[in-house]
This record gives sequence, structure tokens and C-alpha cells, in this order.
Amino acid sequence: MENSVAYDKDLNMKDTELRLGLPGTEKNEKEETTLSVKVSNKRPMIESSKDNGSKTSDEEAPPSKAKIVGWPPIRSYRKNSLQEAEASGIYVKVSLDGAPYLRKIDLRIYGGYAQLLKALENMFKLTIGDYSEKEGYKGSDYEPTYEDKDGDWMLVGDVPWDMFVTSCKRLRIMKGSEARGV
Amino acid sequence: MKNRNATKPRNYPLSELQSHNPDHVLEIVLETVLQFLTSRRDRNAASLVCKSWWRTDALTRSELFISNCYAISPRRVVSRFSRILSVTIKGKPRLADFDMLPADWGAHFSQWLTAFSTAYPWLEKVHLKRMSVTDDDLSLLGDSFAAFKELVLVSCEGFGTPGLAAVATKCRLLRVLDLEESLVDINVSDYSGIVDWISCFPEGETHLESLVFDSVFSPINLEALEKLVARSPSLKRLRVNGHVKIFHLYRLMHIAPHLTDLGTGSFDVPEDTEDDELVFESPFAASKSLVCLSGFRDILPEYLPDIYPVCGNLTFLDFQYADIIDTDQIKSVVSRCHKLQTLWVRDAIFDEGLQVVAQTCKDLRELRVYHLHASDGVEAPVSEVGLEAISRGCRKLQYIMFFCQRMTNAAVVALSRNCPNLVVFRLCIIGRYMPDALTQPPMDEGVGAIVMNCKKLTRLDVSGFLTDRAFSYIGKYGKLIRTLSVNFAGDTDLGLKNVLQGCTNLQKLEIRDGPFGDGALCCGLQHFYNMRFLWMSSCKVTRQACQAIAQTLPHLVLEVINTAQDPVDDVELLYMYRSLDKPRDDAPKLVTVLH
Repeated sequence: MENSVAYDKDLNMKDTELRLGLPGTEKNEKEETTLSVKVSNKRPMIESSKDNGSKTSDEEAPPSKAKIVGWPPIRSYRKNSLQEAEASGIYVKVSLDGAPYLRKIDLRIYGGYAQLLKALENMFKLTIGDYSEKEGYKGSDYEPTYEDKDGDWMLVGDVPWDMFVTSCKRLRIMKGSEARGV
Repeated sequence: MKNRNATKPRNYPLSELQSHNPDHVLEIVLETVLQFLTSRRDRNAASLVCKSWWRTDALTRSELFISNCYAISPRRVVSRFSRILSVTIKGKPRLADFDMLPADWGAHFSQWLTAFSTAYPWLEKVHLKRMSVTDDDLSLLGDSFAAFKELVLVSCEGFGTPGLAAVATKCRLLRVLDLEESLVDINVSDYSGIVDWISCFPEGETHLESLVFDSVFSPINLEALEKLVARSPSLKRLRVNGHVKIFHLYRLMHIAPHLTDLGTGSFDVPEDTEDDELVFESPFAASKSLVCLSGFRDILPEYLPDIYPVCGNLTFLDFQYADIIDTDQIKSVVSRCHKLQTLWVRDAIFDEGLQVVAQTCKDLRELRVYHLHASDGVEAPVSEVGLEAISRGCRKLQYIMFFCQRMTNAAVVALSRNCPNLVVFRLCIIGRYMPDALTQPPMDEGVGAIVMNCKKLTRLDVSGFLTDRAFSYIGKYGKLIRTLSVNFAGDTDLGLKNVLQGCTNLQKLEIRDGPFGDGALCCGLQHFYNMRFLWMSSCKVTRQACQAIAQTLPHLVLEVINTAQDPVDDVELLYMYRSLDKPRDDAPKLVTVLH
């Protein structure tokens, strides 16, 4: 932006002269081309196709703007309606294999895995068993698993609690032989 | 009829005045014939024929359409048209939706309402888009119009539940209350101040045919809603907000089995649901009338199969808010929608989902693929592959809006050839200045093919790496284009020049972050009066040029915004439109109105 202001000052006379004659006369076009050559140098070159959408766009923005307002064009209304659910707690859906219904819990109210598992046991009236790093859950037919931000299904307890709370998208209590596979 | 004597023509020659019959006959014929002219464009044309046609149109026109609320003053409108029954007003320019205008920019409904409340006591319908409406306005509306039937507020803001309560209480003949994408109560942090507006509808049978409140953020009195629906036998369209969970939705559907249009609210279960309340019998299986489905704000995927029975009847499906479901689940739905004509969906559908759409929805006329937030770890959920598939499968396509991270010219060219009936083409390539993803040249040829092959095109929205060539194509072939949006594209002033000179039907031009400057702007001098507005933000336009244009062309208003601390020559935002009256006086400090 700073560059362009300098250009404008140099060409101020011609730039602001308002012609009422038909545009497209030779004189005009010549000025336009000299103007435009300088203008087009400023434009950022092709961004790499490894762009992850809006995130890298912000980093490569022209120096005058730290943030691009209104791009991509997503209505704040839509952003708000999604944030509304996120604002008050970390709600995740919990499903139990074989049960026809689901529950929803707020991960924030639990202090750690022990409390979470207890709550699940109470909710679904079952026993989950004991967790060990190597062998998963022993002592019952059930294994609590969760889907993380990357879409992978993990065993509940594999990562530290804080990391779990922020990366867990939903919970699934697996039953029987399937449970062994996670 | 009662106004005819009051407006007897006064400037007829004396001899003709003495024999009233021919004039009366002419007037009667004119009024009778003009009654059949309902399209506003036809009416506008008729009113230009001669004074007496102008007068007759003014007396008989019942629908008022104001495309820019600042183009004319309310006083002038009510003095011309005396028998208006329905009003449509559009306020802020479209890009205001993306936070590109200051919050208190304007477009206030109040001054219009004041004029209408005295001039049109029999007003029945008010449709507003992007206007600022207050609770007091809604209360005055209820007080002023005894026959009021229809209130549609699209993308409006400034009001809350008190205003809705006023409408519900006072408008006893209300048939339609639609709050589409309007920010209601958006700033309310706790719900203690909320008014239970649903309970304000009068007792006894209502005339309600359509009730849309999916964008109202506050909770709803569910019991009152059920009672309201139960006593609204004409209700055909019901779109509830996210506070209505599946249990209540299904009860509503049982109460109103003849709904044709349903917005499902959250499609979720409440946190504290008891076990025995969790198994619900789906009323979708019994529904024969449902053809439009939307909502799914918080959708619980396990309940998705409940909607399968109606999919085969659906002509409209809005799935853009269904956040948690994955591609397979979306596919399971669209693969059943053989009659679908309109589909709004998120890019979580992936290219493979679009392929299913292409195979199934042979009748598709409109497709919108939205992007809500960057899907973690997924580079390009939808791309040229999906677009090409759609073009091959959905030959009747008329409207396409496509958010993507990569695109190729080849795919766009294919779309232009396979779907020549396209009327609207909106391509948003999210990374800015993105070229053809496979071969790297600019996206010029794709855009060129669209304007060349789609001869009915009236709306074009472009992004990506585009040079002057693209714009020369647009100017050369885009003769029917009325709306053009240019995002982060363009090379030199020549581009804009070609557009301004070539697109003879251009009404609305939006340019953001382009290289165009004063030279290009001045090329449009003889076209600006024919346009509804011009928006140029973050371009190379200077204040001096704007001033000069404002002084040269009367009736053209240039609103200029600059938020920079030091005075700079460059203008951050130029919003220009013609106005038949003096410029507005309600602009906020940031906006300088030049005229």
C-alpha cells in the first residue's frame, strides 16, 4: 500500500484529471499501461497449492493488511451459529454399541479419566474395566474409544487428559470382539 | 376506484373535457388492463409511455420494490404511489454480510415505516433484506396495519424477541412470519431478558401458513409452540431453531402432518434426556407432503436414517449446517433424493459425495457447496473432480455456487458445455489468486467459457488468478450479466474498462481487492446511472477521483470509507449508487458521503 501511494503522488496530475471525452483514446491507454505495470508488480505471486485455505492466506497477505476482512466470504451469522454450541462447554456425543440411543456429555465437568469412566458406567449401567497402557481395558466386554480431530479412532486413556479433552470429537463404547481391535 | 375523481386529468384541451366519455373509457380500459401487469419491470415500462399511463400505474400499482433504500426518499415514494399493499426494500450491499461495513452503517427501516404507516393503512406485506429493524419498528408495524399478513426479514438485524412478541400480538391476520438469516438476539449472553413471543399469538385458530425462526438464538417455549402449531390448520412451512430437539420436533410433526417445508432445528437430543425418552418413532415415514427439508444444526448422525423415507419426495434439501456428519452419511441421504432440485451442502460432502449427487439428482437445478471452516488436515475436500462430475450428471443445472481450494480451467469449461442453461455461476477459490491447479495458467479460459457458452448467464462471481483476458471475455460475451462480483482478481485497469463498456446490462458490480484505479473507474461514467450500485474495496481508487465524479454527475452518490489514521489518498471502500433525492444524513462517522 505504501508503494502505491508514492506512485499516485508522482502521477497526480494525470491521475485525477477527469475527462469527459470517450474513454479508450490513445492517450488514456498509454497512461493506463504505465500505471498498471507498476501496480501489477505489487500483486503477490501464485500461492502454493498446498494452501490450507484461509490459514496460510492470512500469512501471505500484502504488508498493509495483517488480516483479510470478509475472506473467505462466510457469513458471520454462520460462524456464530456454530460457535454458540462451542461456547458453553465441550459437548461430545456418546454412543454404545448395540444401544438404540445416544447420550451427550460435557467433558469439562470431569477432572480426569477416572471420573469420566465412572460417569459412563453409571450412564449406561455397565462396567468398563481397568485400563492398562499395553493391553487396553481388561475385565469387561466394553472398551471406550473416541474419534479425534484427525478422524482417527483412539482408545480412551492413551493420551494425557488435557489433550484428550481438546481433541475428542465423539465417544463410542465398543462392545465384544470389535473392541479388541483398537 | 374512489381515487379516480380526485385525480381527473387537468391538462386536457377544453373540447375534450366537455365530453367525458372517451377519457373515462380510456381510463377504465387502462386501469383494467394494467391490473394484469404485475411484473414491476412491465409496470415501469408502461409508466414511461405517457403521463396518463404514468398516473394510472401510480394509482393502481400494489407492489412496491425498492432495490436500494437510499436511492429514493420515502416521502417521494408515498406521494407517487397511493395504493400499495406490498413493499419490498433492500438495504445494505451484499458484502455487509461479511463484516465489510461498519456496524451502524444505516439502512434503517424506521423512516420508511413512518411514511407507510400514514400513507398505506391497508399494507399487507413487508419484505426487507439487509435492513436495520428495531423492536419499536415492529411494534409500530403491528399498530399501523390492520390487515397485515406477511412479514419477511432476510439478513436483518436490530430487533429481538420483544419485537417478535409485538408482531405476534398485534397482527391478528398474520399468515407469514419468516426470519431468514436474521440476527435475532445475537448479543444476548443470558436469556433472562427474553420475551416468550410464541405465547403472544392470539388464542383460537391462527391464519399462519409459514413460520420460520431457525435463526432466532434464544430458547422457545416448547409447550406454547406445540399449542400454536395445533391451532394453525393452514401451516405448511415450519422452520424451528436449534433449541427444538428431536423429541419435540417429532411431536410437532405429529400435530402438523401436512407440512410441506420443515426446518428440523437441532436434530439432536438434550443432554439430560432420560433413557426411556430416547427411542422415538420417526414421523417421517408417514409424511407424504414434505418436499423441503432444512435445519440439522447439531445433528446426531444416528438419527439420520429417520429421514430416509422422505428423501424420495424432496425437491429442496439444505444440509449446510449439518456439521458432525461425514461424507458417507451425506451420501446415504443424497443417494435417495431422486427428485431433488435444490441442494445446499457443505464441502464435507467431498468429491465422492458430489459424484453420488451427479448419479442420483438428475433434476438438479441449483447446487451450493458451502465452506464453513477449514477441515483439519483435509486439503481439498471438493475440487475440479466433483465439479466435473456434477456437470456430467446434472444437465439441468441453472445455479451453482462452489467453494473450493482448487479448480481447473478444464472443469469449468466442461461445466459450461454440459450445463448451458446456467444462469448463476459463483466460484469461490478460497486461497487467493489461485491458478489452474493442474496446469498453472490463470483461470481465464474457464471464465471465458462460462460467459461464452452459458448464454442465459445473469450473475457471475469470480475469484482465482485472472488476468485482463478474463475480463475482456466477460465484457465481450456477458451481455446479459446483471450482477458481477470480482474477488482478488484482475491485472490492469483495462479489465474493468472492458467490463464497464461491454456488459450493457450490468446493474450490480462488486470488486474487492483488485488493481483497478481511477482510470478504469472513469470509463464507466456513462454507465453508472444505469446501475444499481458499484462497490470497490481495497482497489486503487483515490479520493480525488471520487470527488470529481461526484461533482460531475449529479444524482450519483459516492460513499467513501477510510479507516486509516492519517489522511490518505487511497479510498478503502467506495460504494456508489444513484439517488433521486438528496444524500442521506444517517451515515456513521467513518462514511463520507460525496455528492
